[in-house]
Amino acid sequence: MLRDITLGQYYQTESKLHELDPRTKLVGTFVYLISLFVFTNAYVYIFAASFLLLCVLISHIPPTYMIKGMKPIIFLLVFTMVLNMLVTPGEVILTLWKLTITKEGVKQALYMGARLTLLVMGSNMMTLTTTPTRLTNGLERLMAPLKLIKVPVHEIAMMMSIALRFIPILMDETDRIMKAQLARGADFESGNLIKKAKSLVPVLVPLFISAFRRANDLAMAMEARCYHGGKGRTQMKPLKYRPRDFVAYLILILYLAGIILIGRYL
Amino acid sequence: MAGDKKKIKLIADHISFEYDKSGANRHKALDDVSFVVNEGEFVGLIGHTGSGKSTLMQQLNALLKPDKGTIYYDGLDIYEKGYDRKELRRRVGLVFQYPEHQLFEDTVFNEVCFGPKNFGMDKKQSELSAYAAIKKVGLPDECFYHSPFDLSGGQKRRVAIASVLAVKPEILIMDEPTAGLDPKGREELMEMILSLKESEGLSIVLVSHSMEDVAKLADRIVVMDKGHIVYDDEPKKVFAHYKELEEMGLAAPEMMYVMQELKAAGFNVRTDVTDIEEAKEEILRIVT
Ligand SMILES: Nc1ncnc2c1ncn2[C@@H]1O[C@H](COP(=O)(O)OP(=O)(O)OP(=O)(O)O)[C@@H](O)[C@H]1O
Ligand SMILES: [Mg+2]
Repeated sequence: MLRDITLGQYYQTESKLHELDPRTKLVGTFVYLISLFVFTNAYVYIFAASFLLLCVLISHIPPTYMIKGMKPIIFLLVFTMVLNMLVTPGEVILTLWKLTITKEGVKQALYMGARLTLLVMGSNMMTLTTTPTRLTNGLERLMAPLKLIKVPVHEIAMMMSIALRFIPILMDETDRIMKAQLARGADFESGNLIKKAKSLVPVLVPLFISAFRRANDLAMAMEARCYHGGKGRTQMKPLKYRPRDFVAYLILILYLAGIILIGRYL
Repeated sequence: MAGDKKKIKLIADHISFEYDKSGANRHKALDDVSFVVNEGEFVGLIGHTGSGKSTLMQQLNALLKPDKGTIYYDGLDIYEKGYDRKELRRRVGLVFQYPEHQLFEDTVFNEVCFGPKNFGMDKKQSELSAYAAIKKVGLPDECFYHSPFDLSGGQKRRVAIASVLAVKPEILIMDEPTAGLDPKGREELMEMILSLKESEGLSIVLVSHSMEDVAKLADRIVVMDKGHIVYDDEPKKVFAHYKELEEMGLAAPEMMYVMQELKAAGFNVRTDVTDIEEAKEEILRIVT
């Protein structure tokens, strides 16, 4: 039921992208996302899309799998596009009852659609090729300078990795509890909104209890292993930049230069 | 039991099922499984961890839909258009692994009423049926208005079982009901299950890791391995394959090994003995 969501999940396979340092991928994704917002220009989007396609090819992730990952945002995507089409003023090309579609609106909608799609796929690319542990690890290292201004960087990273770790567990648990209540005749589909909301009580109560139980167990286990925060903690596999990361940064700079050139002069 | 004609309640007909149909590492949780439950029969289902037992159980009351094959209940295809699958879930009661994790109501009594109410019994009927079910699982009267969360693990499990019994199922499926209970709790629970079969004429499917339990209670044992059914026969015949069972990470009841050893040591004993009483008689027979 809930397992169809691919957004933000790690896809296990071997590729050059999987091997990259998580910091490289974080910076790369960040730069990529920014690059989508700097220019509004069809050529820029084509260039950005080709770059993403290249990454998909390198990553050995089946393109169909990438497309499936878009499912959760389809509604948002269509909604934004339609809205843009209808509210942008300009040269009218079609009038339906009180709604007018303008040429500028269509253009705007296409840009928005392309931007959103690339945005989600770009960030998916990162989470699909990086395990959550490495991701938070990379984030912790990138944010390390913030420690100087007393930001609890390690704690934030730890919270993130625990949360990420627990999402699939809690999804499984929800699935199991829902099935168990279905077996006792619960009905999650029929009825009006209030009835539907009420029917979730038999799922939410056990779910919360189990979440608290798990949190408690985890805290106990961490305590038992003498976890006491980030101070003086070392890592088994510290992150280290390798030659391939420098190549990746170089490609990123070239990409950025390409975007700027295209955005400026086309 | 063997020999006499039984009415067939439920048929799983060539079922295949796969959980993750798009992921990177696909494998079939069930592969062409066929399986029958007769009226009033006690079926034991054993298999190594991950062999697909729980998956199969969820097919039987339409919580999971098979990719291939279908289920017949009382002669009707449950995936036929217009078949009332909710009513099916009433008739085929399923007690999940660790059922105490689904409790949510404020009192034991309300918890047990949840099922009957969902299946459309009126208040009075639900309460009567809940009362009877709580009695059947042997919970003491003073528990009725306690919060289910204040009970012990074993008692919680009884509440969960009662909440399924209260809907008056015709087949009761239990997925490892004794997991995580102490020996006394297990014993009591197994006795309760046996009494259910005898007093209610319920068909029971019991998933278990305890060979002794299934050997003692079941009329028939089904063995699963990697999504296939490997054996489906009377307990003694199934346990005669103890070598193959061991290869699947299972084992025969302890007593069989004792008898094997005795036989190897030159005593002329039967080796198809499954419980300690039988073993005692057999040993006494040869020493006297
Ligand atoms: N919700 C699920 N999503 C994906 N795969 C699952 C799910 N549940 C079970 N599986 C897989 O299906 C296979 C069969 O699992 P199942 O739970 O039926 O085994 P089991 O025989 O009940 O094991 P156990 O004795 O541990 O309860 C396993 O390989 C398991 O990994
Ligand atoms: Mg199981």
